[in-house]
Amino acid sequence: MDILIQQFVNALSLGGTYALLALGLAMVFSVLGLINFAHGDLMTLTGYAMFFAIGAGLGLPLAIVLGIACATLAAVAMERVAFRPVRDANTATMLLTSLAVSTILHMLFQNLISARPRAIPVPSWMIGAVDVGGLAIGVIQLMSITATALLLIALSVFLRRSILGIAMRAAALDFPVTRLMGINANAVVATAFGLSGLLAGVAGVLWLAQRGSVDPLMGFLPVLKAFIAVVLGGLGSLAGAVVGGFALAFIEVFLRAFLPDGWLPFRESITLTLVIVLLLVRPEGLIGRRENVR
Amino acid sequence: MSSGPEHLLDVAGLEVRYGAIEAIRGAGLEVCKGEIVTLLGANGAGKSSFLNAVMGLVPLAAGRVVLDGEDITGEAPETVVRRGMTLCPEGRRVFANLTVRENLAIGGATRRRTGDAATILADMLDRFPVLAERHDQMAGTLSGGEQQMLAIARAMMSAPRIVLLDEPSLGLAPQVVDTIFEMIVALQHHGATILLVEQNVDLALDVADRGYVLASGRVALSGPASELQASGEVERAYMGRD
Repeated sequence: MDILIQQFVNALSLGGTYALLALGLAMVFSVLGLINFAHGDLMTLTGYAMFFAIGAGLGLPLAIVLGIACATLAAVAMERVAFRPVRDANTATMLLTSLAVSTILHMLFQNLISARPRAIPVPSWMIGAVDVGGLAIGVIQLMSITATALLLIALSVFLRRSILGIAMRAAALDFPVTRLMGINANAVVATAFGLSGLLAGVAGVLWLAQRGSVDPLMGFLPVLKAFIAVVLGGLGSLAGAVVGGFALAFIEVFLRAFLPDGWLPFRESITLTLVIVLLLVRPEGLIGRRENVR
Repeated sequence: MSSGPEHLLDVAGLEVRYGAIEAIRGAGLEVCKGEIVTLLGANGAGKSSFLNAVMGLVPLAAGRVVLDGEDITGEAPETVVRRGMTLCPEGRRVFANLTVRENLAIGGATRRRTGDAATILADMLDRFPVLAERHDQMAGTLSGGEQQMLAIARAMMSAPRIVLLDEPSLGLAPQVVDTIFEMIVALQHHGATILLVEQNVDLALDVADRGYVLASGRVALSGPASELQASGEVERAYMGRD
């Protein structure tokens, strides 16, 4: 029983990180129809910003704030410089643009910093576990779950209560008509990118807390997972991205915990097979809408 | 015709091209304050293109759009709305996954600063009671007629000086169409200025003060609604003169 709850907490923690990343991808996709390959590099950027901030002796809390701010600003800048000029172009052009942005950032990280991992020291109190009702729960897991929950609640309030939030949901449904409401198109798109950067920044911090170092390709794997989560949840649906993120993490964590040893090397392929089966049963994704499927 | 201050909206020499296709080839019209003006024409005559171009939703190849003496040619749709002209688009296009409340709230987005959004909302719910009943329902679950009312109310939430209505009767049952048109007339009585695009010629000329007939992207005919109705010229213009 204890191990079940333990794994449940692990899945919640990992799922939170996937959910934040997937939500950022889905936000940009729902507004612009752009799948942003450079999303993972925002995470990496957070890592390097933290690395330099700590190196300059700023301390961890300030480094975290700086890291997240860096990802947010970079996302907004990315839209302004790279994606706005091709906003009305076709999907393939936008996709290639995002690949180009991603490649440029990789090269910059590699050549200006280093291809080798840079350590980000995690304070010792974070490594330990706390006692929650007789269960030993990792501090990092606990922080990650709390941060995810708070961020998701704040975001959902923003999307439901504020005019800009409602406008973002409206723009996902019908962009031209949203402009007919007097809503500035650039403001909606910039907000979507800014929020996606903020989410990638927080996810980056959580990811770094687990692995303790940053390298140029750090963002690649988690964002690949987030892509899968977005599709699993239902492409274009924000709630779907969150559900997809948690679903994927639960599949991964429980396979890792309960698969016989001989099967463990096939963990990833079994995960993806399960995802494909789910999509065969529900092509619109876990909570996507059927009419969105062509 | 010259653009005097009496014209709230003045469109001249409008041209719209989609690639090699000329949708609008030099059409213009005027709308005075407090008028209902209707723009008629057969399917594909370019009525929706005309409205979309006036709003800045599609680029103009040529022409001038003047709103209350200010040249707004080529401005973005959100800017045009802020200047006091809005479009209630063809096919209603309410935000299906947003509630009625949210649809109306976003319609009044430009009125948040002036602080009269609440007053306008109360007025709209008063005028369209069914929207008050369905306030927390998803707009996509409303009937076609209710969605049309929502689309009109949403457009009116920006307190426009002039509203462009594109095919409000499209796909609605005859009794529902009557209700919608009664509401359009009521809006005029409350001081609204309306440019109405309609397939239903008789109905449109019934409520309009003046009318224009678009054929092959040009204005083929124009005049007071009563004269257009009596002359029988409208049908001939529909067949196309060139």
